[in-house]
Amino acid sequence: MSAGVELDHVTVRFGQFTAVDNATLDIKGGEFFSFLGPSGCGKTTILRTVSGFLDPSEGSVRIGGQDMGGIGPNKRPTALIFQNLALFPLMTVAENITYGLRVRGTSKADRRNKAGELLDLIALPGQGDKLVSELSGGQKQRVAIARALAVQPQVLLLDEPLSALDLKLRQHMRNELRAIQKQVGITFIYITHDQGEALTMSDRIAVMSDGVIQQVADGKTVYDAPDTAFVASFVGENNPFTGTVTKAGKDGAVLETAFGPLRGRNPKGLKAGDKAILFVRPESFMPVKGAADTTLAAKVISVAFEGNVTHVYLKGANKKDITLTVGRHGGVKIPEQGAKAQISYDAEQGLVLPEGTMARE
Amino acid sequence: MSSRALIFLVPVVVIAIFWAMSNREAKFAHDPTHKSFFERNGTGLGIVFIALVAFWTLFLVVLPYLYMVQESFHPRLAPMKRGGPEDFLTIGQYKSFFVEPTSGDWNINHMKAFFWSIAYSVIVTALNFAICYPIAFYMAQAGTIQKVRLIMLGLIVPYWVNEILRAFAMRLLLTTKGLINQTLMGLGIIDTPFDFLGTDVGLFTGLSYAYLLVMVFPLYNAIESLDKNQIEAARDLGAPWWRIHKDVVMPYAKPGIASGCTMVFMLAAGSLAAPQFLGGPRTLWFTSIVYDFFFQAFNWPRGAAYAFILLACCIAFVMLMLRLFKVSLGETIR
Repeated sequence: MSAGVELDHVTVRFGQFTAVDNATLDIKGGEFFSFLGPSGCGKTTILRTVSGFLDPSEGSVRIGGQDMGGIGPNKRPTALIFQNLALFPLMTVAENITYGLRVRGTSKADRRNKAGELLDLIALPGQGDKLVSELSGGQKQRVAIARALAVQPQVLLLDEPLSALDLKLRQHMRNELRAIQKQVGITFIYITHDQGEALTMSDRIAVMSDGVIQQVADGKTVYDAPDTAFVASFVGENNPFTGTVTKAGKDGAVLETAFGPLRGRNPKGLKAGDKAILFVRPESFMPVKGAADTTLAAKVISVAFEGNVTHVYLKGANKKDITLTVGRHGGVKIPEQGAKAQISYDAEQGLVLPEGTMARE
Repeated sequence: MSSRALIFLVPVVVIAIFWAMSNREAKFAHDPTHKSFFERNGTGLGIVFIALVAFWTLFLVVLPYLYMVQESFHPRLAPMKRGGPEDFLTIGQYKSFFVEPTSGDWNINHMKAFFWSIAYSVIVTALNFAICYPIAFYMAQAGTIQKVRLIMLGLIVPYWVNEILRAFAMRLLLTTKGLINQTLMGLGIIDTPFDFLGTDVGLFTGLSYAYLLVMVFPLYNAIESLDKNQIEAARDLGAPWWRIHKDVVMPYAKPGIASGCTMVFMLAAGSLAAPQFLGGPRTLWFTSIVYDFFFQAFNWPRGAAYAFILLACCIAFVMLMLRLFKVSLGETIR
């Protein structure tokens, strides 16, 4: 069984500090939902509010339509997987997995059956008598998942559980988590600062910054049509060009920037005179001359060959370089270091957004 | 040579053994990458260090005990008769704990005092644990820094007052004409004063209070290093608060609990002031008997024998408890 989670104008304050500011969200049952944001953006606070360790200062949390006000974490239909896993070091793997059942008074035989069942699910059959300290990082990870699933939660909450693993294992565990979620069919709420994790696993992503939910959408939309300057600069690489809108119409807007007039899509309907930022992804740039208002000239600082792609770094207007990424079989000549290069983009790939806080590097 | 002089030979033998061991190590298992103790400090300073440590351990720790051990195996004699024909090794002093040598009867009084001292010490230890565990848990996991500091201050400052004064102060509070009885009667809650001291309430209060710190700090140390996520994980999995303590906190803090309980038990069983000032008229603490042998009857051999019986039994009891709760001795002093 899976239940949806609704946040209804949830605000969480610690003294003067507002960790989560007026978050309203509707996470559907069975969804794999991620909160993505830099550390300190309030995503863990949201998770702790849903699990019941924190009470919202304002607003309410509903799980499966039921208001969770005054219901403690031990009474909620949620299970939390901690960042450091928090497995019990003095218990065996099986004891860890069935701890939630033990406190519910499940019989020993039932617990043994359930442990066997879950050990099969996490591909550790017959290893229930091992101590947690005898397991590898990835195995501990899976035990933590099994321990949380044992209590048959309707919502599984995951607090950056993969961050302690090395890169290869992390990528492997992404697929595994997704597969487990499909298999058990319950709602997963996943907290991460790693956009790769969020984009590959999630049905939908909420991008957060400074306690505010910036955008809620599926991964493709978040990447291709970010709502705010923060989302555009936080998710994926992006080249920002700040300026003032000089022309605005249905087919887009033209910005006067340090590199002259540049054109892009205008989904926010900015008007002439507005301060704005034009975003162009590195892979949208081509090292060739194009139309006058989609071409800019800059000096090449360095060229980095990375196998499947080549990054070209050009001198930008601010401290930040402009990055251009060319694929292996682009069939274009890659400019050399020190040259003055003309680069251009498709006007459809440029995105004009209102000025706003950007993600820190 | 008399056995007393023999005692002084023991340290020499111990030093010789260690000397031989270090020589052997230097010759057969010397690691060339590590400098030896003398290579590091120089011969002169090395000898000074060893002499200081040897003085500390031998003259201040080992020898007094050894002297007491051998004393306990001698008959009680006037100083002039020592070393004479009547001075021989005997286990008579130990026997006298069970059978009174003058009358030949079972020494019920002393055995009873011994048993009750141990039993009361166990109760005091349990009581102390029950009081200190919540305090330590609050300090280690729940409290804010300011509050924890305040509690620590409140725990430590009373210990600036010496033990005897504290015991007397407690007595003043608890006597039939003491503050508590006066207040209770003044408020009309009781008509006749309650005999706190006669019913051993005073003894338990005094002893528990005296060793509060000894229990709180090992517990605090043990619980403090427990990852908060462990507690939250148990809670998240549905455990009520008492199960979290039983399944997660206490097993983790077991070495600290063992350490605190061991110390409180040992100190309570060996305490002197609190039982004398706060015990009821019928309460005879075993240490008081030992004290009387030394300073009233001037029977040092018998006093020493009694003290060692207490020590040996306490150690045995503690070891048994550690074994029962599956804690190794090494863990308790970590």
